[in-house]
Amino acid sequence: MDIHEFQAKQLFAQFGIPVPKGKEIKNARAAEKWAAALETSVYVVKAQIHAGGRGKAGGVKITKNAEEVPGLAQELIGKTLVTHQTGPKGRKVRRLLIEEGAGIAKELYLSLLVDRDSGCPTFIASTEGGMDIEEVAEQTPEKVLKESIDPAVGFQAHNGRNLAFALGLPDLEPAVVKPFFQMLDNLYRLFMEKNAAMLEINPLVITTDKRLVALDGKVSFDDSALYKHPDVQKFRDLHEEDPMEIEAGKHNLNYVKLDGDIGCMVNGAGLAMATMDVIKLAGSEPANFLDVGGGATKETVAAGFRILLKDKKVKGIFINIFGGIVRCERIAHGVIEAAKEVGIKLPVVVRLQGTNAGEGRKLLAESGLKVEGVADLWEAAQRIVALRKKKK
Amino acid sequence: MSILVNKNTRVVVQGITGKEGSFHATQCKAYGTQVVAGVTPGKAGQEVEGIPVFNTVRDAVKKTEATTSLIFVPPPFAADAILEAAEAGIWLIICISEGIPVNDMVKVKRALHGRATRLIGPNCPGIITAEECKIGIMPGFIHKKGRVGVISRSGTLTYEAVNQLTQLGLGETTCVGIGGDPIIGTGYIDLLHMFEEDDETEAVVMIGEIGGDAEEKAAAFIEKEMSKPVVSFIAGITAPPGRRMGHAGAIITGGKGTAADKMAALESAGVTVVKNPAEIGVAVQSVLS
Repeated sequence: MDIHEFQAKQLFAQFGIPVPKGKEIKNARAAEKWAAALETSVYVVKAQIHAGGRGKAGGVKITKNAEEVPGLAQELIGKTLVTHQTGPKGRKVRRLLIEEGAGIAKELYLSLLVDRDSGCPTFIASTEGGMDIEEVAEQTPEKVLKESIDPAVGFQAHNGRNLAFALGLPDLEPAVVKPFFQMLDNLYRLFMEKNAAMLEINPLVITTDKRLVALDGKVSFDDSALYKHPDVQKFRDLHEEDPMEIEAGKHNLNYVKLDGDIGCMVNGAGLAMATMDVIKLAGSEPANFLDVGGGATKETVAAGFRILLKDKKVKGIFINIFGGIVRCERIAHGVIEAAKEVGIKLPVVVRLQGTNAGEGRKLLAESGLKVEGVADLWEAAQRIVALRKKKK
Repeated sequence: MSILVNKNTRVVVQGITGKEGSFHATQCKAYGTQVVAGVTPGKAGQEVEGIPVFNTVRDAVKKTEATTSLIFVPPPFAADAILEAAEAGIWLIICISEGIPVNDMVKVKRALHGRATRLIGPNCPGIITAEECKIGIMPGFIHKKGRVGVISRSGTLTYEAVNQLTQLGLGETTCVGIGGDPIIGTGYIDLLHMFEEDDETEAVVMIGEIGGDAEEKAAAFIEKEMSKPVVSFIAGITAPPGRRMGHAGAIITGGKGTAADKMAALESAGVTVVKNPAEIGVAVQSVLS
């Protein structure tokens, strides 16, 4: 789960990580009031959406005049920001973070995530702050520093020294070395205590008055651990999520919307991805990823149909079920009942394989519905693509 | 021969009195697996389909000499269950549970480091040696004793591949689901090594998916150490970056972990990479002929 920058900074502050003084603002009037109360020489107005690249997209405004703040807020609220991470449709801005500006002497990069290889939480740091770290890694890999933390003992002083010396921090600004150690320790605590999946501060700045401040903040959480943290759950912003993905979540289905026109419904995540791939190989594009889980039932299939049909781009449906523990004739029953209930007019190809697959296909053939049962994966993919093209 | 498990493997099922645990323990036993014990705290003395239940893994091991554990414990308690099995001297732990917090697994992985205990999973279908022993949730009937070893990050996609191998008469030695999470106990390389050493295995099917760089690392290993042919399919060529595709581990981040990169790495290591998942079996047939 992703959260907003202002929420990330609230968490940072709670864990003793220095952030600029700021407040979440939802309208121009609140902006005016806050600007009047905020004592600073520079005001920063930042659009809050769950996507990076806001600065380049015009989502960050800076002024030295407090009286200009409400106007800038007015300009941003309700605006749709298109960044390299939002897709062409962009994201509507509903919230702002208005905070004090900082005099920047140097920008650094710092993040913390679990390294899959070592299985350890690992700090990533660089002197190239304010840039896309992926770009830095590509162009100057030697400037990306890594420090793994042994989870058995947690963050240790030598981890801090390793990073500080490698970054050249004592030469850059000796006054921030100790605060840097403290910050690493606090970030590690936050990461472990709140089950974060990733913490990122980019840029982490050394200010002209020799302080270390998290000028930006990005935090995402491990979905599997949200049950432990009601405070983190409160950060969820449904406006930032796809309504169909929210609906799918209510039925314990895993749905990701894509741009094609063949809707697919599959049991199991790996097979669901493979099914998307096979649709493309057959000459069409998948409209979605939808995993109905290993134990698909009539109810989940019906819910899956409804979600697929809400996407108006969908022109054909491909159901791919490998019956293992789940029996295919029960899936066929489910498909038939769900198809009748939902009233499906699009071409549907159901690929059934595994336990009692023959019986399942027989049921589909005898149902009187325009639902075709196929045994072979490749044949089924070609069939749905052909049916969809005929319809065109 | 086979790898890791065979007809003599003695299995304890943790979480045996739960809905999933009791169902699959029964299924495994029916397949011929020696399910010698179950564990559910507070339910010692009960039986599930004739399998005695114990309060702790330690008791189960002492009374039944179980060496391998199959875990169906709910995710909040699964990390503890893995550690309990390791402490009790279990040498092979197969964890089916899906949705274990990553930081829990970080601690488990660290705690198992340097021990003889091997963990398979979590979030995996388990392991099966065809016609000998099934320790997991896969449908047993699609497997047939044969010549091919299978390693996979996925569940139903593995069944797809196995079914093709069986239909073509090639059959399998052992099939291992390594799990779809970012932190797993055993990766491709250890298993590739075991299959390389196993007399009966003539070829290996390796099924990967987007996310991480395990497939790239496996490619480097295959190039250097494997004499047996490897056939691979990587799911997710159509997956968009930055989106989690079901499995917690299946996400392309910062341009890394794409299916195309993985396929290229495997191909340059001499692996036969199939783009169409319906052609996995046929590809194995052709490398073996």
